Amino acid sequence: MSETRDRIGDTLLAVENVSLAFGGVRALSEVSFEIREHEILAIIGPNGAGKSSMLNVINGFYHPQDGAITYKGNKRKQMRPHHAAATGIARTFQNIALFKGMSTLDNIMTGRLLKMHRNFLWQALYWGPALREEMEHREAAERIIDFLEIQSIRKTPVGRLPYGLQKRVELGRALAAEPDLLLLDEPMAGMNVEEKEDMCRFILDVSDEFGTTIALIEHDMGVVMDISDRVIVLDYGRKIADGTPDEVRGNPAVIDAYLGVSH
Amino acid sequence: MSGDAQGRPAPGSLDTFPKLCADQAVKNGNRPAIREKDFGIWQSWTWAQVAAEVRALACGLAALGLKRGDKIAIVGDNRPRLYWTMTAAQAIGAIPVPLYQDSVAKEMAFVIDHAEVRFAMAEDQEQVDKMIEIRSHDGKLDQIIYDNIRGMRHYSHDFLHSFADVQAAGRDYDAAHPGFYEVEVAKGAGADTAIILYTSGTTGQPKGVVLSFDNLIRTAANGIAFDHLRRDEEVLAYLPMAWVGDHLFSFSQSYIAGFCVSCPESSDTVMHDLRELGPTYFFAPPRIFENILTTVMIRMEDAGWVKRRMFHYFMDLAKRCGGDILDGKPVPLADRLRYALGNILTYGPLRNTLGFSRVRLAYTAGEAIGPEIFGFYRSIGVNLKQLYGSTEASVYITMQPDGEILPDTVGRPAPEVEIKIADSGEVMFRSPGVFVEYYKSAEATAATKTADGWVHTGDAGYITEQGHLKIIDRAKDVGHLNNGALLAPKYVENKLKFFPEIKEAVAYGHQRDYCAVFINIDLAAVGSWAERNNIAYASYQELAAHPKVLATIKERIEAVNRDLSEDPKLAGSQIQRFLVLHKELDADDGELTRTRKVRRSFVADKYKPLVEALYSTLDHTHIETEMTFEDGRQGVIAADLQILSAETYSAAPPLKAAS
Repeated sequence: MSETRDRIGDTLLAVENVSLAFGGVRALSEVSFEIREHEILAIIGPNGAGKSSMLNVINGFYHPQDGAITYKGNKRKQMRPHHAAATGIARTFQNIALFKGMSTLDNIMTGRLLKMHRNFLWQALYWGPALREEMEHREAAERIIDFLEIQSIRKTPVGRLPYGLQKRVELGRALAAEPDLLLLDEPMAGMNVEEKEDMCRFILDVSDEFGTTIALIEHDMGVVMDISDRVIVLDYGRKIADGTPDEVRGNPAVIDAYLGVSH
Repeated sequence: MSGDAQGRPAPGSLDTFPKLCADQAVKNGNRPAIREKDFGIWQSWTWAQVAAEVRALACGLAALGLKRGDKIAIVGDNRPRLYWTMTAAQAIGAIPVPLYQDSVAKEMAFVIDHAEVRFAMAEDQEQVDKMIEIRSHDGKLDQIIYDNIRGMRHYSHDFLHSFADVQAAGRDYDAAHPGFYEVEVAKGAGADTAIILYTSGTTGQPKGVVLSFDNLIRTAANGIAFDHLRRDEEVLAYLPMAWVGDHLFSFSQSYIAGFCVSCPESSDTVMHDLRELGPTYFFAPPRIFENILTTVMIRMEDAGWVKRRMFHYFMDLAKRCGGDILDGKPVPLADRLRYALGNILTYGPLRNTLGFSRVRLAYTAGEAIGPEIFGFYRSIGVNLKQLYGSTEASVYITMQPDGEILPDTVGRPAPEVEIKIADSGEVMFRSPGVFVEYYKSAEATAATKTADGWVHTGDAGYITEQGHLKIIDRAKDVGHLNNGALLAPKYVENKLKFFPEIKEAVAYGHQRDYCAVFINIDLAAVGSWAERNNIAYASYQELAAHPKVLATIKERIEAVNRDLSEDPKLAGSQIQRFLVLHKELDADDGELTRTRKVRRSFVADKYKPLVEALYSTLDHTHIETEMTFEDGRQGVIAADLQILSAETYSAAPPLKAAS
């Protein structure tokens, strides 16, 4: 909690020469980059550039044919999503993946499931250690509700919430796992300007208050340039640029990728 | 409580809030004084804890350099620490100046400059940013303290302090200067300035109303005695701290009666927290009561058939006898039994849903409340009453006593308040709560307060035969017809606006032969009526000109006329001619203020031909009006408007003059 963005640390996760293909489609080709502790890294690129695939590789949903990922010093070729979650990687999804019929609070509590140790019989009894555990986790969930300023929708089923708020609840659920690395897949897609500003503030606050490392995919260039420490650009599954927002903005390869090249 | 039989503190002993705080810490040390919902749980502080917190803060403020007579601005939502700041500042002789938390920096800058504020207590980063901006203007603002540390990590200004740091420094200071706090508190006297409250000022710049401890403590104690408030009341503090009502209900009365005040989790959760808490003593402006009622009605429409039938049956019953039962008037036994059943099946659960299960006393004030809405709450057993007050009176001028509720009046003079009606018709009052002065504005003080302590309210009204005050309008808006009859345009407009079909009304008649009005229909209400009756319409303009709509409006106007005719003083204000405007009055066209109040003279100028037509014998007229569309484009709409006459009624036989 005492870490701040001023202190971008060592490499938390390194991607080395990762290639991923679905049949004949090469989604990623020899992509290498690293994510450093406490930084906000944006992954951008035109549609179909392989951004979501990259996140899916990082959290173990896709298994790359080539290359390796080093996370917290452990090199691995393959990983399962639940393993990723257990080792401190949490994510949100491009299409919201919440339990629509459950309340905001319950959705956030599900983010803490991996941290609960009592089995379901204890939990069904709701007594003794199970009760203590529940209270502990409820308190953690309440801190997140307070942090994201969603007290007024604590008991509202998320299906009834507007889109922008659902996105915020999803962020809350990811935070509930107290991740070291937070992956956000288009956290601001479909939001209006005000909702975007709110979400930017929350992302910066998460980085500030919890020191969480964040990798995000985003299409809104204004947002990307404002909040990220570093940007990597993918195009047709290849990394074409890697640097600070200013460096990337001026990179001719990036401009070509976005605007097209005249031959 | 030491003091006389009415529960007033003896002079000289408990004459300031810091002294009252110390007293409560002794008498009610283990009872809750204040609560705040945080992390989903109500966190409480006892009076003993509050006294300790206040002491640490007061010493900390002194250590930071806050001196006797200095002003400290308080800006934020209702939070325990902000309330403590008031007492802490007063303990060392400084004067709190709460600000409206929604104001933008520029508006706050005016008050901070005018009051020569040196310190500011800000709730959170948002407010701190405003204070830093104001501080950069080279005023007197010096030290800034903040409550919520969220987002404050990167602020390294040396004039910025966290609440906890100030208290920690205060504890050290207290240890190093034993007796300092006691001596400072003892220096305070009842005649000292307790607080400066800036009135929101709908016209011109805000004015700083200076209230002394005597003003507030005496007035608060009178209110406590009048309504028999006890130390076990529950109160929700959710209205702005800069507003005199909150200062009296949530602060002053709590310090005297010793009851607990609860602060909601956030401004969005007020209704939810209200339900959880179930206050016993509740204040809300009419708008809030109206919103709650609308929500209930909409949800009832969605309920199942059985529930809906039951609801309507019992609501009809409640309308017939609920108010009388509450007032202790005779009601037939059969109705009493039915009402008791209704209480189990409908009223009780309804009160519970609204958060009014335990409410003994609810007040509304600020503007006229619709008789339907007022009657609804009373009929289901909520003791809702009206009061009339102002910042200059430390709130109370008149209040409705239990059992004497007349929906058209604002009640009898509050204890120790004298009322008179000036020759101009303006209501004037004199009481121990009368403000000291407008800060640094002798001229405005002299214009409002006479040498012998009478205060002009700016409202026109009269005293009814029962001895209740009836407010009819702002004094400057009251006019006279050519035949000399009194015309209260706002009163007429309000009566019209209580009908759901009528959104706005603009009444004319000053120096004319009769009263005439423009009507704006409520598109939502009339539109849904049209839908149910298979009336097709393409636009507001078309619906507004529909003969059936016009007929309904005519009925409404005649109902108002009948009502007016029963009041001999206002019978002359009956509406003789009216028209329904072809466009909605809009703030973008300058016809309404941003707070949605009609600018009557502007509308009169803009629609001059229409006003002239109302006072002619024409039965229709043509008009072309410029309007601004929502995207900012200008356009012209033309319409042919019908002008209709309404039935008027002869005045009730004049009863004996009231005054």
